[in-house]
This record gives sequence, C-alpha cells and structure tokens, in this order.
Amino acid sequence: MNADAFFALADHLNAELHGAEILFSNLSNESSDFVRLNRNRVRQAGHVGATALDLTLIEGSKQVEGGCDLSGDPTEDQVRARRLLARLRERLAHVPDDPYLSYSAEPSESDRRSDARLPPAAEAIGALIESADGMDLVGIWASGEIAEGLASSIGHRHWHASASFNLDWSCYLEADKAVKSAYSGFDWDPAILRAKLEAMREGLHIMSRPARILEPGRYRAYLAPSAVGELMGMLAWGGFDLKSHRTHQTPLLKMTRGKRSFDPRIGIHEEHDRGLAPRFTAEGFPTPPRVALVEGGRFAGCLVDARSGKEYGEPVNAASDAPGSLGLDAGTLDVADVAGQLDTGLWIGNLWYCNWSDPNDCRVTGMTRFGTYWVEAGEIVAPVKVMRFDDSLYHLLGDRLEGLTRERELLLSAETYDGRSTDSALLPGVLVSGIDLTL
Amino acid sequence: MQHLCDIAERFLSQAPACDYWTLRLVEEEHDHLEVRQGVVEPSRLTYTSGAMVTLVKDGGIGYGATSDLSAAGLRAAAERAAGWARVHARLGLFEAGIYPRSSTRADYRTPVEEPWSTLPIGEKLDILQAANDALAIDDRIVDWSAWLARRRVSQLLITSDGGRVSQVLDYVHPGLVAVANAGSQTQRRHGGGSDGSQQGGLERIVAVCLLEEAPRVAEEALALLDAPECPTDTRDLVLLPSQMVLQIHESIGHPLELDRILGDERNYAGTSFVTPGMFGRYRYGSELLNVTFDPTVPMELVSGVADDEGAPAVREYLIRRGILERPLGGALSQARAGLPGTANTRASSWDRPPIDRMGNINLEPGEGSLADLIAQVERGILMDTNRSWSIDDSRNKFQFGCELGRLIEDGELKGLVRNPGYRGISASFWRSLDGVGGPESLEIRGVCNCGKGEPNQSVYVGHATPPCLFRDVAVFGGGE
Repeated sequence: MNADAFFALADHLNAELHGAEILFSNLSNESSDFVRLNRNRVRQAGHVGATALDLTLIEGSKQVEGGCDLSGDPTEDQVRARRLLARLRERLAHVPDDPYLSYSAEPSESDRRSDARLPPAAEAIGALIESADGMDLVGIWASGEIAEGLASSIGHRHWHASASFNLDWSCYLEADKAVKSAYSGFDWDPAILRAKLEAMREGLHIMSRPARILEPGRYRAYLAPSAVGELMGMLAWGGFDLKSHRTHQTPLLKMTRGKRSFDPRIGIHEEHDRGLAPRFTAEGFPTPPRVALVEGGRFAGCLVDARSGKEYGEPVNAASDAPGSLGLDAGTLDVADVAGQLDTGLWIGNLWYCNWSDPNDCRVTGMTRFGTYWVEAGEIVAPVKVMRFDDSLYHLLGDRLEGLTRERELLLSAETYDGRSTDSALLPGVLVSGIDLTL
Repeated sequence: MQHLCDIAERFLSQAPACDYWTLRLVEEEHDHLEVRQGVVEPSRLTYTSGAMVTLVKDGGIGYGATSDLSAAGLRAAAERAAGWARVHARLGLFEAGIYPRSSTRADYRTPVEEPWSTLPIGEKLDILQAANDALAIDDRIVDWSAWLARRRVSQLLITSDGGRVSQVLDYVHPGLVAVANAGSQTQRRHGGGSDGSQQGGLERIVAVCLLEEAPRVAEEALALLDAPECPTDTRDLVLLPSQMVLQIHESIGHPLELDRILGDERNYAGTSFVTPGMFGRYRYGSELLNVTFDPTVPMELVSGVADDEGAPAVREYLIRRGILERPLGGALSQARAGLPGTANTRASSWDRPPIDRMGNINLEPGEGSLADLIAQVERGILMDTNRSWSIDDSRNKFQFGCELGRLIEDGELKGLVRNPGYRGISASFWRSLDGVGGPESLEIRGVCNCGKGEPNQSVYVGHATPPCLFRDVAVFGGGE
C-alpha cells in the first residue's frame, strides 16, 4: 500500500467519525523476500506481502485500540477498516476515562522516503552462493520495501518508507566453530560481499586450530561491537524507560540513586536523527534528534513514550520505551591496536542469549558464540570453546573498562518477529580488564 | 471457519498447475484487557488474516504469503511462490520430491465451557479491578497489574491431494504481577495463571484462581525483599512445574528439534549437542526420565489433530527410561535426516512457512507428591517460577533463575531465599534426576513466546510436568 492509498483510507475513516471522536490511524506495510540458506544452498524461499492497520479511537478522555490486516484493495480495505472502527466504537462506550490518554493535538506532516539500489533477491542469492562456494554458509536474506504511516483526524499525515536488504549469515567449520557476518543497507555492492566472505575465510582458517578450553575465572577480554550490541540489548530491556525507572524496576536502579556508575567515558544516547526508524510516534508526537540516556558514566535521562509521559509528567521523546537507534560513544583505541592492548585474553566476536542474572545489580549472563578467540602476546592463537559469562555491567562498563574503540560499527537489526525491524545501533568495541566466566 | 472455506473455494477455482500445493488460511482474533495500579489500560482488539501458499513445481519449492485474500491476491501469492520454486529448483538444499504430501482430513475445536463473549467487557474489567486492588497491600508494592488476554486462531489447511484440516484454538490468559521495592532491592512475583497457559475460555479465570491468588502474589513479592540471598553452593534442587517448564523447554525440547540437528538454525537459534547417531542409544537422563510429544492432552496449548503440513498428530515417546528415542522433526525433516519424528511442523501465523517446532513436550509423571520429593532432600533448594533463561547455542550449558526459592533442610521446607539461580550442562543435568512427582502433582502449562526461525517466528508451546528432584546442582544468588 502506498502513501496515497493509506491517506485516502484514513480520510474515508475520518469522514465516518461521530461528534467529537478523534481517530489515529497507523499503517505498517512490508513487501519482503525472505531466503533461508543452509550449507550454502536455499532451504526456504518465499515472499511476504503484509499490510496492517492500527486504529486508536478517542472520545473525550476515553480511548480504545485495535488493528486489522489490509488487503491492498481499496474497496475491501474500507470494509475491513470500517468494521474495526465500528467494533472500537462499540467498546468505547464501556471503558472508563483514561487518565493517561496522551496524543499530539498539533497537526504535523512529514514524508521521508529512502532511495535504494536493490538487486532482485534471486540474483543476490545466486551471487552469494557462487561467492561462498566451498563454504558451509547458513543464514537469511531479507529485502524489499517497508513503510509506516500515520494519519489522524486532527491533521497528522506522516509517511516513512524505505527499501533495504539485510543479509545475516555465518560460516561453519565444524560443530560450533563458526564466524559470523552481516551485510545490510540500501545499495547492494557485490564487491563488499566478496570482501566480507574473504575475511570469513581467514577467520575460519584460525578456527581450524585446536580449540582452547578455558576454566571458569576472570579473563581480560575485548568485546567486538556485535558482542557489545548484546549487552546494550540487555540495557534496552528496562534500562532506559521512564516507567521502569519510576517503578524501581530498572536494572540501572543503583545508578539512578548514585550508588553505582559506569566509567566516565561511557555515553549512551538514543540517536533518533541517525536511525532508520520513523521520526513520529503513533500518537503524533515528533521525536527529538537525540536523547541522552547515560553521560559521563552517570544516568542522564529516560525514554518517554506518550503514555508514560502523561502518567509521570515528562515530555514525550520516543515512540516506545526501548531504544531503536542506540549509540554508544566512541573511545580512543584504534581497532588495529586492540589485540596488542589486550595482550593475553579473550577476543569475543559475539555474545548470545543474554539475560538478567540479577537485575538489581545489573548482572548479566550469556554465552560466547561466533568468532571468539584466545589471544596471546597480542596475537590471535586459537578459537575458544563456548563459555558462559556472568558479570555486572557496573564492572564491564565501569571499574574494569580499559577502553573503547575509536571506530564504531553500524549494526542493523536482522530481527523479523513483528515484520522487518528498523532498529539499529552504532557501537564501538570494548576492552575490559576482566570478565567473569562461570561455566 | 465458513469464511475461510469460502476463501479456499476461491483458491480452488484457480488452483495453480504444479506438482503439489497447499493453502494455509489463518485468522486470528486477539483481545487484551489490563488494569494497572487501578487504571484501566487501553484495551486492544486485533484481527489478522492471511494466506500462505506453498508450491512444489518444476523441481523446486516456493512460498507466497499475502493478506490480500481476493482471487487476484491469492493468484499473485501463488505466482510469487512459483517464482521462488524456480530458484529453489536451481539452488535448493534438497530435492523437492521429498516434500511431504498430505491428504489428511480432520477437524479440531477447543472445547470451551464459557466463551469469551459471554461476559460483557464491563464485568471482565470489574474482575480485573478486584484482582488489581487485592495486589496493593503495602506501600512497598510499587507496581501491580492484572490482565486477561484472549486469542482465537482459526486455521484451514487444504492441499492438492484432497487434504483438509480445520482447527480452531481458543485461549484465555489471565495473569497477575506485583513488584515490590525497598531501597535498591526490587522483586517481582507473578501468578494468577501468568505462566500456566492452556487452551480454554473464561473458565480459565476460575481455574487459575485469579482473584484468590492476588494476596499471595503480593505477599511473596514483599517477603522476598527481606529474604537472604540464595546461597552459592552445590545442593540438591527441587524444581516446581513453574520452572520445570523452562528446563524441559530449553534443554530437552530445543536440542531435539531436527531442523537444528540438520543445521538450519545455526545462524540464529543454534545447533544441538544431539547428533543423529544418538537416537536409540544415548542416555539423556536417569531411568526416571520419560518425555513425550503429546498433542492429545486435553486443553494443553498445542493439542490438535494435525501439524501445519497436514501430518496427523500422534503421541510419541522422545525419551523413554532415560534413553533418547526420536527427534522432534516433521515429515520434511524426517525425509532429509532419514530418522523417525513427530507431527510438529508449525508456523507462527499465515506469513511464515512452517518449520520444526515443539508441540506439547511433556515430562511424564513418576510417583509420589511434592512433599515426598522434599522429604528426600537433606540440604537443598526449592525453586519456583522462571524469571531468567540462558543457554548456549548447542543447548548444553545453561543458567536459569527463578522468582522465589526456599531452603530445604533435613527433608523440610525452610525460609525463603531471593534471586535464586542454578546452572548446569544439559548432557549431564538430566542424569542427576532423582525424583519425579506423581500424576497428582502434574501441571499442564506452557510458554507463549518461543522464538526461533529465520524469518523469526514466535509460537505457543505446551509443557506438562510434575515437580522434579535433581542432585548436586550448582546454585547461586544475586549481587555483583
């Protein structure tokens, strides 16, 4: 569904409103090719065309929400949307006033469309399989257009559309000896793909050496940006949202109370202006360019969605309570010097399956996974059998932080649970004097 | 269901010319009601509907999914699927000829005693307000909620071989949470059915004691604030069904998924420490360990008549007397691996192709009560309600945390401990199983957020289990 069709549908619904009713219409649209690969062959390949409409019907201080899928046919979609609107209207009569109802009463408009140079998905897959000949490659290709729209009876009209590709894959040597890579963006360049595959071949060469089995204990370590991304993902889980802070559930509770802090070099921001997500919320609020979450290692602010903002009296600065465009400030370490600075310890390429071990102390557990090596005297010498860590971020980003890399990597989420994600993170690598391995 | 039948007729009138096709039509209705801190949260009604067309054509397999259920929309989806079948024919991992065909004809409908529509929304909100009020027993309760969620999934699968499987699954999920805080210590306690989902209607509200549970949930959250940390030690461990669900899920269910063993999931959900050669001989656990794939248990989350490729649902032993018997693999994976399997090929909705998933994975009961298990412990910990889960990509090294722990000394339950956790290795952990509760202690539960697959899919998974006793497990508490 394109912008014109969506706004026409919204106009049709707005014309159906009764009395003082207010309607917010939000659209999510994707036309995606998905190709799963295993052993450098196609495992599953298909296309998904999906369009979903969300409505919020408001009258006075009452509101109800609903959603339905759309077909793309204007007549049929009007029927579906009107049926949903009627159901919401029926329900609105039975719900009480909502003291935290919050929406923008200021009409606003925006239109952001990103250009892209995407190859036909089948062509890209053919090139990938040819380039990776001889490798045990497994992963997922996702490509196509995604769009989000907002229209309201107040006068909001926003459209955000982009076409992109996201190739997320790993190459295996045997069992759990593997290296991982990702290539995503808007302009497909086969040369970049070939370069990444070449780097993976070099990684697999190291993987062919006998794996080092570590005993539980504390080890010096370098966490590559992808591994840092997993830790940031944990902080995104209740770390920054206003409701978690006001109800004392945030894993940064001790930080907010001044009892603990990160290293002064740690700065974490929600970078709306850098990210790929829409710059408007479902309730019609614009998002600011940047929200400071941690500055100088100390708590700086929260992400405030419309509902929490009303409940706790804070201005809205985000569409949801989890970051979608997170950035961790760069440091001064050159990536080329990291192995030397590490000297002897773990080079952790990726972490996996993190969870809170004890959120009261910001303690996280998880596993090492792809591309994790043992380094001696500044040289990568062997892969490492997967190990479990269990440690507090107050240590890893605090008293045991030795440095952050000058270079940062832009990581585009490959997640597709609720359609193709627009989340991204811009992250450096992190050198720590110790990480606790437990199993 | 008649609506889906009409759409199926639309498709049949223009069925694509190919070796084999399936059309899977899915409609879902969701409703969510919640009262938090005495305030009714915005209710949310959602309706989704779409079709997944699978084609086997010209030596390849392709998928096309669409929310456009018109004749033109279905035709376009079939054409997309045919295009991808051509790619698969050229670059596919396996021959399309092994794709399973189904002529199964079966129907299933959740037996619902009290349909969702029989109680007006105002009365549902009254129940939630009452439950919510009952959680607010102390100023240290800093957040509290009660909710009711309803989901109905109507699915019709038809195939070019004459297969026709219709299934209508109804769920009502009640739940409670209380959050307590004192100083820098925050504790959460869930209850009221929040982690004990089953199929059914509004009768679930009474079954899970939504109202009656509220004071206990809040009191335990408060009590945990003042409880000592769980000791760091090696002790015997009694896991209640509320945690056994997770233990079974992560360290039996996932490692036995045949697509993981075949390598499909290595880039995302991971592989498995289980290899094809282990089936029929590998000692997975002690003699007390009996695990079934059982889609026949009344009201369990994934009970039904067939999987999403039309394979008839049949109960099978996965592990018997501790010996690994068969993997969780649907017909396609069985053909790829040359192993027996189960009818467990499932998709999260109309917009994803089916893959190997857990269905109902149950630990069969042994003998005796929970008290009998506790009586066998000289020095141990009892753990209740999962709150943290992490396991390696081979599903071996795990660490799990629970909301509540209790010390066990000389066969008796003692005081609470907070932030209890334990870690182990799947390959050895189940061999330390030394007690399995009897049928009277069995609880039918499950998880509603099992994630897997590329593109990602989240599905419901059922787990029925009694409490169990494990010997000499590494346990620990909170703190930096």
